[in-house]
Amino acid sequence: MAKHDPHETLLPDRDMDKSPAIECIGLGIDFGGLTAVDDFNFTLGRTEIAGLIGPNGAGKTTVFNLLTKVYQPTRGRMLLEGRDTKNMNTTQANRAGIARTFQNIRLFKDLTVLDNVLIGLHNEMDYHLASAIFRLPGYWRAEKIARGRALDLLSIFDMADMADNQAGSLPYGAQRRLEIVRALATNPTLLLLDEPAAGMNPSETSELMENIRKIRDTFQISILLIEHDMNLVMGICEGIAVLNYGKIIAKGTPEEIKSDPDVIEAYLGKKGH
Amino acid sequence: MIKGYKGIPMPVRYLINAGLFVVFLVVVSSLTDAKVISTYNNKIIMLIGINIILAVSLNLATGYLGQLPLGHAGFMAVGAYASAIFMKAVIKTLPLGLSLPLGLLIGGLVAAVFGFIIGIPALRLKGDYLAIITLGFGEIIRVILLNIDSVIGFKLTYGAAGLKSIPKTTTFLDTFICVFLVCFVIHAILKSRHGRAVLSIRENEIAAESCGINTTYYKTMAFVMSAFFAGVAGSLYAGYIGILDPTGFGFMKSIEILVMVVLGGMGSMIGSVISATVLTALPEFLREFDAYRMVVYSLLLVVVMIFKPTGLMGTYDFSLSRLLGKPWERLTSGGKSKKAGDR
Repeated sequence: MAKHDPHETLLPDRDMDKSPAIECIGLGIDFGGLTAVDDFNFTLGRTEIAGLIGPNGAGKTTVFNLLTKVYQPTRGRMLLEGRDTKNMNTTQANRAGIARTFQNIRLFKDLTVLDNVLIGLHNEMDYHLASAIFRLPGYWRAEKIARGRALDLLSIFDMADMADNQAGSLPYGAQRRLEIVRALATNPTLLLLDEPAAGMNPSETSELMENIRKIRDTFQISILLIEHDMNLVMGICEGIAVLNYGKIIAKGTPEEIKSDPDVIEAYLGKKGH
Repeated sequence: MIKGYKGIPMPVRYLINAGLFVVFLVVVSSLTDAKVISTYNNKIIMLIGINIILAVSLNLATGYLGQLPLGHAGFMAVGAYASAIFMKAVIKTLPLGLSLPLGLLIGGLVAAVFGFIIGIPALRLKGDYLAIITLGFGEIIRVILLNIDSVIGFKLTYGAAGLKSIPKTTTFLDTFICVFLVCFVIHAILKSRHGRAVLSIRENEIAAESCGINTTYYKTMAFVMSAFFAGVAGSLYAGYIGILDPTGFGFMKSIEILVMVVLGGMGSMIGSVISATVLTALPEFLREFDAYRMVVYSLLLVVVMIFKPTGLMGTYDFSLSRLLGKPWERLTSGGKSKKAGDR
């Protein structure tokens, strides 16, 4: 494992002796001649909540797509719990422990809330196709356990009573929460949230903050989120990386970021005089 | 507060469904024996059964997987020819009880192999492109069957002359046992993790992948299964009609099956069953109005598509247990309220 300059890592003290959840070394991607992300060095602790912020078009979602292997990086390496993720595809990345939500909600809209979570639990069940066709005991057992787990996961967000509703008919905020539940169902070690608070009102947002902390504490996983709501980012993130034009321009605690001149410049522009 | 299975317990549901099916078989069989249903009508009922299998199997690829294959008649043709050649070869040596299921299985398996071969490249494409490539495949099958009459010296398919004197082994009973099995298998798969994976691909492929679902595998699985059941339907058809003519498995046949699926509602099994029934029976019963029957048929399609674009049933699926759930609860809670408080 490559050694990092201590100023480059954001690991909280409690995660220092564990191998990081994810470690990006010089990650970069070009689309044709355009460099979308470059020299992305980033380490995330095993139980850390971190934020990735930056102006529109800075490459935040591209970073998520690199982490989840939607795109293969042009340069650099990415280690997941110390394991190189080279040549993995999205499915394998999920099985290796990365789960995500999407900026524009991607639920299975015509299916029920319960089915959405059960699809997340797909790899937690292991019965064979024949077992499903002949309805063998293994099928019933696995389905019953999965159903129970799905309802347990839904109850984190108090959504268990919506289990039979069609996912597409839920209110916007509930759809965002369901996406998080579905991602959690895949039993990840790293959860990526792409603008989880988008379209939520302040009370929903503060509830979401509570829930993100609760998820981290219960499941002991690391969470990386992209968010424009600075109250949420500054409120729950232990470490923040700021991205502009595909490059990390600052890393640090919320306090450090708030007073960083480069960050202020990226968001508000240069001072006139 | 985990909800158990509502209403009727599982074994009872199976018993009710199986019981109703047996009743249906017995009633139609005895009516045929008593000549209430004429041989002609019985033939139509068998054709309905075959078309139900075709529609339900195409629905697996169209309604549940969300792809648009236009070569379903190709798979049917492959299955029909494979099983017809097999049946002609073994009809004298093997007892019917053995050769018939084997013939169906061979028809299905050969079609499934073709489904696999065509599915691997085709499923890398989406939408229109997949439609075109499967359409091409269907035409290739038809043209090959039309032009090749001997395979490495063996006269097997007889080209344009058609494959004649196939043993007419398909009966009403076989057809509907197959219908039942096909519907049950598809239903059982849909209610499993495999079926949910297939549905998730229809709903949102990117999200399915990020949920750890191997989309290539499940696409291929659904496609191959769809081809398998089409092959079974083809086998039944071969034993039903007794002569196979390649021109019958053209593009129009694929479209005919697709129309059944779309009319019934993509993603609804009962929709496929109903529309396969109606669209098979209607042209037959309209024979008296010979000149107008295709007009009526087309008008029906236009009217349904205008007033119910999602098909007759949408994605709704009929469930007898859901229908009987309420009366059952009343019945059981009246006796002893065992699970009444559960829900």
